[in-house]
Amino acid sequence: MLMSIKVRYFASLKESIGRQEDILDFKELSTVNEIWRQANPGKPLPANTLAAVNMDYVELDSSVKDGDEVAFFPPVTGG
Amino acid sequence: MAIRICAGVFDPYQEIQAYQSTNLENSGAIGATSIFIGTMRDFNEGDAVKGMTLEHYPGMTEKQLEKIVTEARQQWHIIDTLIVHRVGKILPAESIVLVAVWTSHRGDAFDASRYIMDALKSKVPFWKKELLITEDERWIVENTDGYKCKRN
Repeated sequence: MLMSIKVRYFASLKESIGRQEDILDFKELSTVNEIWRQANPGKPLPANTLAAVNMDYVELDSSVKDGDEVAFFPPVTGG
Repeated sequence: MAIRICAGVFDPYQEIQAYQSTNLENSGAIGATSIFIGTMRDFNEGDAVKGMTLEHYPGMTEKQLEKIVTEARQQWHIIDTLIVHRVGKILPAESIVLVAVWTSHRGDAFDASRYIMDALKSKVPFWKKELLITEDERWIVENTDGYKCKRN
């Protein structure tokens, strides 16, 4: 069974890769790192990029399951 | 407790007044109110700035703010909190953020307010892009000790 993962990008990262969203299908359990590699082949994850799964911060080696929303974005600058 | 993401201009003083007159919890126990208001400047890093766009991650923004308020409530005796944060296009002198904390004693109000504001700046997914008077645009890069996840 295929796992479907939604990947979102924000702010300067969204501009630099030219997309705000990807939908990826995986055959087996994946990690945040692996999702970046599949979605952006040949492009290293920029330094300081933060990652979230289902809107909580995660480490890059965290696992991802079917239906998860993964997000990548630069350090935040609100307030 | 209230958290509001606001796409248009807001008046922080009216927000406080409206909240105090309708929603405030346990108002008889309140002895201290701490209010922080962040406002947009017309300069940054030596350049004149004429506007700004604030992007956010809807859903995660609210989730992280709720988490921060919960953490603050575990550390200080807080009666109530109100957070309003602007998104979208902003002009100098307009309010960006309001953090109001109601407590029985001033120490809790001061400390919790600072904690919430510092955590907001480092963890809540908002991003500012400045428009300079030269018409150049630039993303603000990490204006605080941002939350860091470990590198692999």
